Amino acid sequence: MSELDRETRDALAELLLAMADDEFVLGFWDSEWTGIAPILEEDVAMSSVSQDEIGHAKALYELLAELTGEDPDQIAFGRPADAYRHAALMNHARTDWAFSIARRFLYENADAVRLESLDGSSHQPLAGLAAKMRREETYHLLHFDLWLRRLAEGGSDSRGRLAEALEMLWPDAQAVFAPLAGEARLLAARILPDSLETLRARWLDRVVPRLEQLGLPVPSPTQRAAAPPSEARTRRTPDFEWLHGEFTMVARSDAGATW
Amino acid sequence: MVTVAASRDAAVWAALAEIPDPEIPTISLVDLGVIRGFAFEHSAAGERLTVELLPTFVGCPAIEVMREQIGERLGARGLADEVVVDLSFAEPWTSDRITPAGREALRASGFAPPPAVGSSFSGELLAVLPIATCPYCGSRNTTLENPFGPTLCRSIYHCADCPQPFEAFKPV
Repeated sequence: MSELDRETRDALAELLLAMADDEFVLGFWDSEWTGIAPILEEDVAMSSVSQDEIGHAKALYELLAELTGEDPDQIAFGRPADAYRHAALMNHARTDWAFSIARRFLYENADAVRLESLDGSSHQPLAGLAAKMRREETYHLLHFDLWLRRLAEGGSDSRGRLAEALEMLWPDAQAVFAPLAGEARLLAARILPDSLETLRARWLDRVVPRLEQLGLPVPSPTQRAAAPPSEARTRRTPDFEWLHGEFTMVARSDAGATW
Repeated sequence: MVTVAASRDAAVWAALAEIPDPEIPTISLVDLGVIRGFAFEHSAAGERLTVELLPTFVGCPAIEVMREQIGERLGARGLADEVVVDLSFAEPWTSDRITPAGREALRASGFAPPPAVGSSFSGELLAVLPIATCPYCGSRNTTLENPFGPTLCRSIYHCADCPQPFEAFKPV
């Protein structure tokens, strides 16, 4: 691994933590569908997708741990709720199926845009992991695009719930591309080949036409023009605090236990 | 010297080829294509053998089992004083890495082997995913029931001719 100066290393750590927390928290929210999804096949699918996300988070926490000398489990489970850096999109409880599908559609496309860029990262360990994750995420993209269409065309109830969730989630979905303190460093070192604003524009170019095609609500030009605030990755909610209590419960009950 | 090194390498490959995949034991780690390579080097402990392991799926829970089994098997053969297994994403593991023998082993144990996907893998998935060849009767008259299955690497299909469900190794 090439030697990074301290500021570049801190910037990379910030990026890895944001990505890992996105995958980790969403993986936990959607794992709640195991056993209660609308159909049996979807129980299997959502469980598998969630397992993928937790796996991606694990690999990202491990990259981060190599950089900082911390323990990956400690990063994953040992932080207080306000130290997590996932996008505000992941602050919301699972809610109903339409809500979960709306969130997944917005997130999977954002994640795809981010991974495509990082596939060309100058930081080889991250580029290699992004290339691998992209192949797995292709399945997620297809799956949730299918569900988006199914709910959009399914009747007034499913369509109405989906539209309401999309409108509600829109500002928080943009938070996936909220500015990072060390972004200029990452761009200069080509660790992040494209700026987060460039990536946000690419994401809009994908999700907006698809939503229009299905007659679903899209953000207004004013909403699209507004870059997300940096606090969109630090703001936490009671929903997330509850989830944090759940997913840290085992680690807290017997700190340092192995099995 | 070349001959000694070559026979030692062959012994490592042979030992690795005896290790079954923890989830689908009819296929070996070598035929699964998860061994990218290995290298010997001198260390404080003597001769160190480092094996590079490519995970099939990033979140695959069998990775740790594979890791332990590689360490145990190579250690037991006395091929090095120390065995290290490194997880690697230097190149993505793809289902195209499964060998012809591995594909046959999958089919024989009831898993449809994955179709070729090529290196870029984006739009190709929609073209190759909908149909698989039934591992029991060879029919192509099959339907995709679920692109996701009981493990991260499997999809679920149904054969209209048998007629029964079967699993396929995901193209990735």
